[in-house]
Amino acid sequence: MSNIDIKTLTITQAKKDLKTKKYSAVELTNAYLSRIKNLEPKLNAFVSVTTEEALKNAKEADSKLAQGIDLPLLGIPISVKDNFSTLGIKTTASSKVLDNYIPPFDSTVVKKLKAAGMVLLGKTNMDAFAHGSSTETSDFGPSKNPWNIKHLPGGSSGGAAASVAADEALAAIGSETAGSIRQPSGWCGVVGFKPTYGRVSRYGVVAMGSSLDSPGPITKTVEEAAQILQVLAGQDEMDATTSPKEVPDYLSKIKNDIKDLKIGISEDYFEGVDNEIKAKVEEAVKTLEKLGATIKKVKLFHPKYAIAVYTIIQRAEVSSNLARLDGIRYGNDRSFFGEEAKRRIMLGTYTLSAGYYDQYYNKALKVRTVIVNNFHEAFKEVDVIIGPTSPTTALPLGATAGQDMFGEMADMLVEPSSIAGLSGINMPVGFSKAGLPIGMQIIGPQWGEEIVLRAGYNYEQANPLFDKKPNL
Amino acid sequence: MSKYTPIIGLETHVELKTNSKMFCGCSADYFGKTPNTHTCPVCLGLPGALPVPKKKAIEWCIKIALALNCEINEFSKFDRKNYFYPDLAKGYQISQYDLPFGHDGKVTLSSGKTIHIRRVHMEEDTGKLMHEGNISLVDFNRSGVPLVEIVTEPNFNDAQDVKEYLQKLQQIVRYLDVSNADMEKGEMRLEPNISLSTNPKVLPNYKVEVKNINSFRFVEQAINFEITRQTEILEKNETPAQETRGFDNVKHKTFSQRSKEDAMDYRYFPEPDIPPIRFSKAQIDQFKSELPELPDVKLKRFEKEFALPDYDAEILTREKSLADYFEETVKVGIKEKITAKQIANWIIHKKINIDEVVPATIIKQILTATQTIQVDDNELEKVINEVITENTQAVEDYKKGKETVIMFLVGQVMRKVGKKIDAQMVRKKMQEKIQ
Repeated sequence: MSNIDIKTLTITQAKKDLKTKKYSAVELTNAYLSRIKNLEPKLNAFVSVTTEEALKNAKEADSKLAQGIDLPLLGIPISVKDNFSTLGIKTTASSKVLDNYIPPFDSTVVKKLKAAGMVLLGKTNMDAFAHGSSTETSDFGPSKNPWNIKHLPGGSSGGAAASVAADEALAAIGSETAGSIRQPSGWCGVVGFKPTYGRVSRYGVVAMGSSLDSPGPITKTVEEAAQILQVLAGQDEMDATTSPKEVPDYLSKIKNDIKDLKIGISEDYFEGVDNEIKAKVEEAVKTLEKLGATIKKVKLFHPKYAIAVYTIIQRAEVSSNLARLDGIRYGNDRSFFGEEAKRRIMLGTYTLSAGYYDQYYNKALKVRTVIVNNFHEAFKEVDVIIGPTSPTTALPLGATAGQDMFGEMADMLVEPSSIAGLSGINMPVGFSKAGLPIGMQIIGPQWGEEIVLRAGYNYEQANPLFDKKPNL
Repeated sequence: MSKYTPIIGLETHVELKTNSKMFCGCSADYFGKTPNTHTCPVCLGLPGALPVPKKKAIEWCIKIALALNCEINEFSKFDRKNYFYPDLAKGYQISQYDLPFGHDGKVTLSSGKTIHIRRVHMEEDTGKLMHEGNISLVDFNRSGVPLVEIVTEPNFNDAQDVKEYLQKLQQIVRYLDVSNADMEKGEMRLEPNISLSTNPKVLPNYKVEVKNINSFRFVEQAINFEITRQTEILEKNETPAQETRGFDNVKHKTFSQRSKEDAMDYRYFPEPDIPPIRFSKAQIDQFKSELPELPDVKLKRFEKEFALPDYDAEILTREKSLADYFEETVKVGIKEKITAKQIANWIIHKKINIDEVVPATIIKQILTATQTIQVDDNELEKVINEVITENTQAVEDYKKGKETVIMFLVGQVMRKVGKKIDAQMVRKKMQEKIQ
């Protein structure tokens, strides 16, 4: 069956079609594999395409479908970012240091996806060790933005976002430390959801900033984000930082209206943002107002403070997390670290050194608490906070050259909420004159996944953009 | 008397005997096992693997701290100690920095001297390097085994006190049943730091640390060697170098390993993979109530309750199992009117193997050894008369005043009866007859 319209396909539709035998999971998988084959030379969204594994998973899915077994993601072709450990499948985090590293275990996220019936299409490209917001620091070359291949997809989950935007995968799994799901989703015009820190297990995800890393879905629609989150969320006995908090039934709640919703807007989040983006986000806020939501101004700290805090904490954690790649056990030695990783290791080592700890790391921890409290206060008045996801649309390839703080500037608007461990989503809200996607972020309180998804879903229904497709 | 006073502090690592490792489910029973068979992604430090702390190990660490009279931090956390070594899987060791589980404790020595405990904290053990020719191999079986580090203030002034403290510490962790503290298996590792001062109230401006010693005897030797070595240096009006030294078990000497000029900066920071740990006062009280009777208290009680001399009580309380065995035997003995002292003598002098001999057997042994058997009075009189008739010469001698002969006659009676009867009673009867 070659007439599967994967461009308009959603998880819900695919599940229906598989159940009614419109096509098999193997046929669906092949449709994606052939699209990947066609587009990869242009996009470079994948580090490895796992054809064999995908077809094996698909066959198993077909046999389960034949037995009438129903699983949340049975037969659904998904791409997974290359920093998620996959049993028996190369996991490089887009770094040559781990060029030939094959983990002997699955990350919890992958384990859960497998149990839910996923078909693994491959491992997507990223900034090496997730250090960046462009995928230009990948040791395997940058990924390209499907909307304009002369532009960057963003990062670090750039390959993941591109794979969904280009229909190389029905959905993708990314990870965010500060912006790595939402920013590339914004630049690629897809839905990117970052759960509350501790909602989804980090076990088996090559660590970047351990106190910040949050795995999450990248999808075409909000409903799909909720479907995948439902599979991923929950306490993991292998990750002591996951919360025992009960996981609500997201899907049953997101379709409720938003007449009770109080939306906060902070003016500082619009400062220095491209006018086109500002206008589209303001338009989107009006749409939400029309749907019954109340708009309220809130005072949040200027995002610039978060950059300093984030940079110090994340670099410190990076310097310690990468120490294990000492050249003794993993194929390639330390000379294979890229420039960005080396810069981060040096800065992190410096800020943790005797005599500097109090001045940098300890102070950053204190300011972090202040930022957490700042959001806490704001969420007493409003349910969600809305702003642009990024100050610019996708920048051209090469934009990172000589820009050591490129990622921090590109992620400036998502860093405060990441520092505070909050949940958030990127919603596509339109396109620039140049035809590049524009993203809006909806930030929710800790454990506020449900309300963020509900706000996103209602907006999406009023202004559906997921059927707009790049020309590839 | 030397003009220098040794100032000695001690760091001791005790390996807990939990079934599994500190942060993963691997078996912690690594000793003598095939290398790298007790490993998993967590203790190998594979990318993305995360540590999940074992509740039991933390509770045991707190119990050690409580047994050493420490204060317990209600809010505590783990920290990363960053350094490079090939046996360190993650490039950092999970340890505790500024908020150890226990702090400010004390141990009292038999002389009455108090040794202050600075801190008691929890950390993970490293892997082990093995060198074969030009090749070095790493065994990660030990990686992640729970360790408790106990740090004293520099309160010791001689090696004898250090040895007594260590024996006490070993005894306490064994009483708590949280570690076998077997030195030969590396379950207890000792690191004294030694310096000499002309004014015992002032800490010297240098410190020499001797690393990883695995016997009490070697600690004594290392300390005494250092005292001599440092005295010689000071006598030349020089200051011994601040450094870390190793101990040569064969030559009984310390040797320089690392000077403090290249002192490590461990870049400690809070372990982000493990949330901070909070204990309520009630929980700490609960741990306290779960502590067994500790050696010092038990020793005092044995002296008082069983009217034992210090010597006996000390031997009997060295190990909890022996103390328990003794008390059980005393209970059994009460019915037979056997005193605690008799039992103590028996256990100590006969070197009873408590794993093989049950208390009831001990009591039987004591009974047969000391108690007499009742014989029929008529029967006894008959035997006495026989002995008198058969030993007329001896009887005459006794009557002439040779009193010692009586014991010979008593012996003859006992032999004829063939049972262990009360000799005093026979003697009395015999005297009545002859007189």
